[in-house]
Amino acid sequence: MSVEVGTRTAGGIGQRAIRPDGVAKVRGEFAFAGDLWAEGMLWGQALRSPHPSARIRGIDVGPALLITGVHAVLTADDVPVNRYGLEHRDQAVLAGDVVRYAGEPVAIVAADHPDTARRACAAIVVDYEVLAPLVDPGLSQSVERPIHPDGNVFRDLVIRRGNPDSRGPVVVEGDYEIGMQDQAFMGPEAGLASPAADGGVDLVVSTQWLHNDRDQVADCLGLAPELVRLTLGGVGGAFGAREDVSLHIHACLLAVRTGRPVKIVYSRTESFLGHVHRHPARIWMRHTARPNGEIVSVESRILLDGGAYRSSSYHVTANAACFAAGPYRVPNALVHAIAVRTNNPPCGAMRGFGVVQSCFAHEAQMDLLASACGLDPVEVRLRNALAPGDELLTGQRIEGALPVAEVIRACAALPLPAPAVDDVLARPGGAGRTAGARDVRRGVGFAVGFKNLMYAEGYMDGSVARCRIDGGVVTIACAAAEVGQGFVTLVQQIARTVLDVDDVIVAPADTDMGSAGSTSASRQTMMSGGAVEKVCRAARAELERRAGGDEVDIAALTAREPVDVTEEYHHRLTHPLDADGQGDAHVSFACAAHRAVVDVDPELGLVRVVHLATSQDVGRVLNPLQVTGQIEGGIAQGVGLAVMEELIVEGGQVRNASFTDYLIPTALDAPTVDAVLIEEPEPGAPFGAKGVGEPPTISSTPAIVAAIRDATDAACTRVPVRPRDLVP
Amino acid sequence: MAVIVPESLESALAALTAYPDAAVLAGGTDLMVEVNDGRRPLTRVVAVGRVPELTGIRVDGATVVIGAATTFAQLERDPVAELVPALAYAARTVGSPQIRNAATIGGNVATASPAGDALPVLVALGASVEIAGGNRRRLVPIADYFTGPKRSVLDAGELVVAVQVPVLRGAQDYLKVGVRNAMVIAVASLAIAVDLEARRVGIGLGSVGPTPLAAPEACSWVASRARWRSDGVEVADEDVVEFGERVAGAARPIDDHRGTARYRRHAVSVMARRALRRCTR
Ligand SMILES: Cc1cc2nc3c(=O)[nH]c(=O)nc-3n(C[C@H](O)[C@H](O)[C@H](O)COP(=O)(O)OP(=O)(O)OC[C@H]3O[C@@H](n4cnc5c(N)ncnc54)[C@H](O)[C@@H]3O)c2cc1C
Repeated sequence: MSVEVGTRTAGGIGQRAIRPDGVAKVRGEFAFAGDLWAEGMLWGQALRSPHPSARIRGIDVGPALLITGVHAVLTADDVPVNRYGLEHRDQAVLAGDVVRYAGEPVAIVAADHPDTARRACAAIVVDYEVLAPLVDPGLSQSVERPIHPDGNVFRDLVIRRGNPDSRGPVVVEGDYEIGMQDQAFMGPEAGLASPAADGGVDLVVSTQWLHNDRDQVADCLGLAPELVRLTLGGVGGAFGAREDVSLHIHACLLAVRTGRPVKIVYSRTESFLGHVHRHPARIWMRHTARPNGEIVSVESRILLDGGAYRSSSYHVTANAACFAAGPYRVPNALVHAIAVRTNNPPCGAMRGFGVVQSCFAHEAQMDLLASACGLDPVEVRLRNALAPGDELLTGQRIEGALPVAEVIRACAALPLPAPAVDDVLARPGGAGRTAGARDVRRGVGFAVGFKNLMYAEGYMDGSVARCRIDGGVVTIACAAAEVGQGFVTLVQQIARTVLDVDDVIVAPADTDMGSAGSTSASRQTMMSGGAVEKVCRAARAELERRAGGDEVDIAALTAREPVDVTEEYHHRLTHPLDADGQGDAHVSFACAAHRAVVDVDPELGLVRVVHLATSQDVGRVLNPLQVTGQIEGGIAQGVGLAVMEELIVEGGQVRNASFTDYLIPTALDAPTVDAVLIEEPEPGAPFGAKGVGEPPTISSTPAIVAAIRDATDAACTRVPVRPRDLVP
Repeated sequence: MAVIVPESLESALAALTAYPDAAVLAGGTDLMVEVNDGRRPLTRVVAVGRVPELTGIRVDGATVVIGAATTFAQLERDPVAELVPALAYAARTVGSPQIRNAATIGGNVATASPAGDALPVLVALGASVEIAGGNRRRLVPIADYFTGPKRSVLDAGELVVAVQVPVLRGAQDYLKVGVRNAMVIAVASLAIAVDLEARRVGIGLGSVGPTPLAAPEACSWVASRARWRSDGVEVADEDVVEFGERVAGAARPIDDHRGTARYRRHAVSVMARRALRRCTR
């Protein structure tokens, strides 16, 4: 993939600038949060409920306190304000009288060694009255008593557009199911909390949003927000799973109680139990169309299992509903989306945020429509493609760039890969030598998706950045969480370009400055990139004022008095959805198309994803290397959901909470990727760039599943597609 | 924690007798998973990698003697690749290059998991396990070795010294079904070995029962139906299909989070057919 745009500043906008932390990471020298250490620190450990639903009759911590090396054992009674939550505080820091999912923390221990802490947890005696768990989301609304005082429905959203009764002569309909995917980042949750002399606490932690965490920690500890200071630790991936608080409050409670620094690192199993997952979904959809393939109406019912606590279920529901029909013109629609509470593991944010689920369904529908109308899958999508000026299901008119037809055409025009080579290792099953050349069939599938960028529904979003130039040395500070996506590279590129300098120092992200918002919703390039651009332009203006028309010599102009400016960036206002799900709720959109080529061994049900062609609407490429990274990584996650990734939950218990059995694609499962980037600058975004993180994950999965259907004639209405779903 | 690194079989066995709580460590790819999971507390470790009797591959007449400390990376190459190709194929399916560089055949045999990839091959070939403990030495036919899931006749204080694998004239193969292309535990696996001298077919099955399984009835049936020549063997098409059914009949699979019993049985029949076709004409 080669793209040439941008300025001529070395390492500036549009260049393949190298990440400042890249070499250290490749060499294994980068300090992740799990590597944190402090003199005299203790190790924290949570005791988690083994039951998905139970009443706690009593907890005896006595036996744990008797163990030498144990410094504190805390339960619900020790938490000043025992309620937290990302958007709505419906979750206990430590369960008091009820546990609602298997894995819910009930007690925490601080000890001088992680083994001691684990043994102490095992010594705590919890008297549970085990209850029958509510595990079927389909029954959540009909149970006699809700399993939480806030009720069992997180959100019930209806979108009505046009005349939902109008119908076209061609009707296609289907039921679809999406399994529970996990973010499966490599660096488990980790943090180090240190008590401070002023009665506050300092926490270094791997997270996606420092300020939101800070507020939750402060509230639960009963401290003023300024007494709780957070600094970003090295983050080993996030994908949404670090939006919710994990060990933050636990570590801070233990640090304040013991007066010692307390470190917590999750094991892999604890990580799987201790963070939210992608919502499993059941979706029914009916499309009607004219014989030429033009969509007349879309109806859908979407049921999302939110698990035990709300997390971001409210907004995931909105996304699933608003984008339920995909990037197509739909004059009439009735979409009903519900997220409910169950005793399953809590679900929340994951790359693609509600749209992944809908896209799997609407793209299967588009293929059904194509075959019902005798059209090519690409053609039916082109005939219905949304364009600027068109309206979404919510009635919102698309005002920015949204080149749907362009991404479809560019993707479809990419050359197909060469036919399969005669090598057993390249076939489905690989080194398992299961398939002979004649056992394999090739299939091709196409899918398109789109999603909103930034937060929605009237949320007042902003990001703050500070630029200090002292003796010519440029330092940019912004609290945006670098989680691996490469924001730190962009900071340098933007500053280099605007200030025309070579070296830019990126300060650590912390809560001493204003919030940058969350690293999610494909928003940091626009929001914090926007803030960095704005603050650099302000600094530049100050330098030019000081130069008074002479050439700008940065070192000389800041030798005696540094330039120090802070700016905040906001996107345009959005509005809540009304009772019919109508309103200008979204800031901006991005689309992508994927064409997958798979080789399938239908008799054994084994699949090899051979090739992914993609075209993505990126606004403007700020760093081709990083855009490629997002595309390839996002596709890998799409491959995972298509053919292997699923947290298997039975009776409220996760059966595969480890990398032994939660399988994610390895290098040998990752397809070759060819990408074309479509650059149509987004008005109002810094340099015209859009977020690029989510689209690769959205339509790659349905493209792969369409290719499997093409190779096998199996219906494949559920992901991940398991071998047993394909065999006769 | 103490680590003992004996340099002879005798001192290794002495260490195990002196410290009954000691854990044997070879490549550590099973042991350390248990330790890190908190399932196995370690007080003392006897590392067997430097015991000369456990290392090396020796050809002894019609038998290859493979030291227990031999890694899967070594099994992928000659002489094993040439003499016992099914074992080399099985070795290639294990984990990743890093795992294959550390994991040993002795560890695979000692762990005795129904999913251990070397094990169906040993069953298909009729291999034997050389065991030493205290001053007792015994040679256990693989058919008598497994007693249950991750259980075997290996007693505490005993070591697997080597596996003795017959060198056969005839085609062999190993097929493994997993849902990804590397780093995967078998959902079902099958080893086949044709013995042109004895006019026998051997089958070993993995992950479809409490232990690795043989399929003696299917094997003697197909041997009786086959047309044997000195340089190969022929099996009629409909017999290949029936062989698949009969081998599947020997499987005793269960439903678990990795797959259903029904799928596993189906996979065994497909693999048995394909394997037999590849090994015959
Ligand atoms: C990431 C990963 C992937 C894996 N993939 C596969 C796979 O694809 N297929 C597969 O079959 N296995 C796989 N395994 C499991 C493991 O690698 C194998 O079972 C391997 O053969 C174990 O050998 P080891 O030398 O590492 O044994 P160790 O872990 O050192 O020992 C295993 C057990 O055997 C005992 N032991 C070891 N040697 C002896 C001996 N000579 N005598 C008596 N007892 C002994 C030990 O005490 C311990 O109980 C995988 C493991 C990991 C971590």
